[in-house]
Amino acid sequence: MNSAVTTPRGTGTRNTRILGVLTIILMVLLTFCGLIFSGEDINQGSTVRIMYVHVPSIWVAYLAFGMTALCSAIYLSGRNRSLIWDRFSGAAGEIGVLFVAVSLVTGSLWGRLTWGTYWVWDARLTSTAFLFITYIGYLAVRRLGGTHRQRARRSAVLALIAILEIPLVHFSVNVWRTLHQKASVADPNAKVALDGLMLFSLFLGLIAFTMLFAWLVIHRQRSLALEDAVADRGLDAAIEARREEATN
Amino acid sequence: MDHASFIIGSWVLTFASVIGYAVYVIRRGRELSKNATSEEMPWT
Amino acid sequence: MSTVSQRRRVAVAVARKDLTIEWNSRILVNQVAPFAAIVMVLFAFALDNDGILQRVAPGLVWLATLFSMLVVIQRTFAVESADGALDALRVAGVDPSAIFAGKSLALMVQLFALELLLVGTAVVLYGVNMTLVGFAEALVTLLAATVGLACVGTLYGGLAGGARGRETLLPLLLLPVVAPVLIGATRATEAAFGSGGTKVSEGWPWIVLLLVFAVIFAAVGSVAFGPLVDE
Repeated sequence: MNSAVTTPRGTGTRNTRILGVLTIILMVLLTFCGLIFSGEDINQGSTVRIMYVHVPSIWVAYLAFGMTALCSAIYLSGRNRSLIWDRFSGAAGEIGVLFVAVSLVTGSLWGRLTWGTYWVWDARLTSTAFLFITYIGYLAVRRLGGTHRQRARRSAVLALIAILEIPLVHFSVNVWRTLHQKASVADPNAKVALDGLMLFSLFLGLIAFTMLFAWLVIHRQRSLALEDAVADRGLDAAIEARREEATN
Repeated sequence: MDHASFIIGSWVLTFASVIGYAVYVIRRGRELSKNATSEEMPWT
Repeated sequence: MSTVSQRRRVAVAVARKDLTIEWNSRILVNQVAPFAAIVMVLFAFALDNDGILQRVAPGLVWLATLFSMLVVIQRTFAVESADGALDALRVAGVDPSAIFAGKSLALMVQLFALELLLVGTAVVLYGVNMTLVGFAEALVTLLAATVGLACVGTLYGGLAGGARGRETLLPLLLLPVVAPVLIGATRATEAAFGSGGTKVSEGWPWIVLLLVFAVIFAAVGSVAFGPLVDE
């Protein structure tokens, strides 16, 4: 442990290690609370146990996309335009896509048990699927190439457009559904009566997943910084080689 | 527990994806930091 | 800083240039329009039922529009990037919002022609009957949807157009964004066609949605086009 701190290799530091260990402890606690200790819901039965991972994942996804937009705005408005904000946006976007995917799958498993189908054309589900595709596009734009600054500006502008686009898509999908949906399926927003331990499990999940997000985003930002550094070094080496060629 | 396969499946899927991603990030960081100078790693 | 009238002149010049290129090469007429028509025929093969075809004709018109639009957008930006024309314009200090307006305008004209053709095809092939008011509503829908589609298309086309290996990016970026247009335009066209017993009057609120979309993306496009295409 000590030697790892004195000869730092990789993206970890003492603080992230503490954060990581705490996250793991909370996750183990969450597993016990969610799967074993907590009771069954009156309406949902045992399927409520899926909620303890589903709700925190979609929460992390929203948090991540919010962070992508915020960091992009900071990057574009900052006077020195530090690339660290771009890398935070990219890291958060990537993690957001991962967690949207997870919550879409766990959500459809829950839907199969509760509604009898994996998917319903509910406004919230549909716009979440759009969110997923939109940020896959964002990540694709980040990989377009060019200099780091080009990538940063392009993706920051795109992230801000995405923030404008999402409410528009959500609104139109919402209108589409409410005007067209004749048969009503179970309302996913229906309030469920939660007892103490269930509520505790849900909160524990939110806290544990938020810490997990923080841990992931810090590490990913650092590894993206290293990727950028490697690309720079490659460029420097290429220029150096050309210079050698020219002088010899 | 009713529907155990779906419930356990959801949990396993969630944790497997997260752990998989975390391992990827850590490994990538270790690999890239082998040749990195300390000024490229301001967090150390 | 360029004045409003200067910008307008640049926009008109860019639009005119695009349309002249199109007129001389006739890609739209000779390649895209036949492609759109064959898509409409293929829909009929796939669905294979006169009743269903009549019911879903509006949706098919707009799906065919979206797919053909991808081809048209790629074409308008391939023209620019082939000899670095867009970069040359930017280096010359031309206001990017004027280039955006010009290219959107040219795209609007081409898309509108394409949509007219598709609506005509639907009337002929799928047996759609329209009233006179319905026809007027269909025209307004086409106009409103075209403005929105052209603005978004130009914005993302500029980003995805050009350099190597970016062509596959355009559908991924564009199709999620135009979902509101597909929803709004399909519902409005359903009202205009009277498919499934919808009344003509039910279409107008959807046209408002199309107009809101058009205004938002015209504004976003003229601000964001510069930073997105800048190399």
